[in-house]
Amino acid sequence: MAGFREAQGDLRIESVTKAFADFKAVDDLTLTVPRGSFFALLGPSGCGKTTTLRMVAGLEQPTSGRIFIGNTDLTGSRPYERPVNTVFQSYALFPHLTIRDNVAFGPKRRGAKDAARLADEALELVQLPHLAGRKPTQLSGGQQQRVAVARALVNRPEVLLLDEPLGALDLKLRRQMQVELKRIQTEVGLTFIHVTHDQEEAMTMADTVAVMNHGRIEQMGAPARLYDLPATAFVANFVGQSNLGVGTISGTDGDFLVAEVGGSKVKIPKARSQVQQGHVMFGVRPEKVRIHRDRPTGVGSDMQATVRDVSFTGVATQYLVTVASGATWSVYEQNLDVEPIDLHPGDQVWMSWDPGHAFGVPSDGAEVPDGPVLADVSIGDVPLQDAP
Amino acid sequence: MSAVAHGAGAPAAPAGPDTATRGKFLPYLLLLPGALWLLIFFVVPLAQLFTVSLQSQFPGYPGYYYRDVNFRNYLDAFTEFAPHFGRSLLFAGLATFFAFALSYPLAYAMAFKAGRWRSLMMICIIAPFFTSFILRTIAWRQILADEGPVAKVLNTLHLLPGGHITETWMAVVAGLTYNFLPFMVLPIYASLERVDPRVLEAGGDLYANGFTTFRTVTLPMSMPGVLAGTLLTFIPAAGDYVNAELLGSDRSTKMVGNVIESQFFKVPGGYPTAAALSFTLMALILALVFVYVRRFGTDELV
Repeated sequence: MAGFREAQGDLRIESVTKAFADFKAVDDLTLTVPRGSFFALLGPSGCGKTTTLRMVAGLEQPTSGRIFIGNTDLTGSRPYERPVNTVFQSYALFPHLTIRDNVAFGPKRRGAKDAARLADEALELVQLPHLAGRKPTQLSGGQQQRVAVARALVNRPEVLLLDEPLGALDLKLRRQMQVELKRIQTEVGLTFIHVTHDQEEAMTMADTVAVMNHGRIEQMGAPARLYDLPATAFVANFVGQSNLGVGTISGTDGDFLVAEVGGSKVKIPKARSQVQQGHVMFGVRPEKVRIHRDRPTGVGSDMQATVRDVSFTGVATQYLVTVASGATWSVYEQNLDVEPIDLHPGDQVWMSWDPGHAFGVPSDGAEVPDGPVLADVSIGDVPLQDAP
Repeated sequence: MSAVAHGAGAPAAPAGPDTATRGKFLPYLLLLPGALWLLIFFVVPLAQLFTVSLQSQFPGYPGYYYRDVNFRNYLDAFTEFAPHFGRSLLFAGLATFFAFALSYPLAYAMAFKAGRWRSLMMICIIAPFFTSFILRTIAWRQILADEGPVAKVLNTLHLLPGGHITETWMAVVAGLTYNFLPFMVLPIYASLERVDPRVLEAGGDLYANGFTTFRTVTLPMSMPGVLAGTLLTFIPAAGDYVNAELLGSDRSTKMVGNVIESQFFKVPGGYPTAAALSFTLMALILALVFVYVRRFGTDELV
């Protein structure tokens, strides 16, 4: 096929900027996605993740910068010239073609003689061979989604792009498809780039997650690493939740920095803080914090608080408490004890945590809301709401 | 509101048990006015026209007829006016072809490229309807006249064999094309407008270049509109007589519509022939449309 660019290797995005009028959707982005990895671009809507994906697909051209696969420069080439296929958010199946013809569309365009057989094999992979003769409108959302995956996979692209492919599915189906997609990726070994605003989805599926905000990558790494040690306040709140407070570093204590946060002294491991002096934003994850009636002794850090809300969720109980500075913190307590801690709104309590779990991120320009931020009303998150 | 207040005799709505029965008959009740209208003003006259088409002339009294079952009328009408039938189908076919050739790019541009100009283009297509189509057809006589711009340019370039456009088939086909253009544009636009741009992107993503995407995705997806547009153009164009009357010549460009008109209103005793012609035209068009829809038809016709 004329103009088609065979390419193999890592996907490299080099200093790519995409501007629409005076709005920079993607701002000087540099990124390498290793061949064969499952990579997630995570961020809120409007952060530039979909624009990035569309530039890799060739559906948008970067304002500046270059995009490579291996050593082949794809910048400026048309979508049909790239060894890249997309699973669209709305699936975008061809409504006038049968499922088999939908899947065979790509191979046919590339002149494959056995397009129908390839299509049937791909449908086998997504476990839908029995629907090959139907039209897209006769399929459920989940089935259409799998057809969209098959239609892209059948071409064995060097990079497969998934644009929020699970967004339209209900909770149970979404879970199922996450496992399914992960299985398929392992089976075919292609590079998958998955765009999503659902942090849980990104963390369950991807080897590497890049958190995007305002057209830039805030932080990139393995899911566990991102969660354990966020580098910015945005990541701390977008990937899971964090209890945050702005303070000033007042000194050191061995391997720890000591900071003054809302009238209390807290410790942050030096190695876990992005700032070593001046203003810092202190953070600790809700499940790392314990809650007590009386001041505990011999534990690392503690702070006094007033209970605002208690929600029992079975596995855990979630407390919303107000700390001295007026901020709201959230605490998850697993229901391990025989005797439940019987707490009610208005009770005075103590919170404690191992200072080794604390982290420090730059405080300037951080969008810090008053209290923990709900990452996303996504599946599996313990519902977190103020009592009416 | 006062009308309601004065309606003292209005019966109270029946309560309770009747509602189920009423619900069942409601759709038929709603259909009734339209059905009656069709029956009185379409079915009855059609039957009447059919009986007229079989009448025989009263010997010795030109213009007088008696009830009969005379199928000769059909044979005579068809043999005598075969060229007119041929012209009707040919002109309508040409007009449909040209209207399609003009409409598809226009509808495509409106659906995918027009952006904020889309509404303006839509108005431009619909606005001519605010003037009588007779007037607009007469205006075409000026445009195509021997001294008009089109004929002059073509003559200068020696591209016009006969020297004229008016009074030739070209003028008639041009008029038909012009008059039925909106009926072609609007259905095609409606079907193109429903095409999800993502689906076209998917075509590009799956190795189809612009033209291939058009051929394999856009065009098939717009077929319902094309089908509707061609039918809405061809059927009325085949029965049209205004364009041939106003733009054509007295002899060589007459269509069936003109013959029917003159048999009804100008030739004494032409009634049975005119009625037979009408039925023959209807049957021809029905047969053609049937074959066409069977060949190109899709599940949905809108």
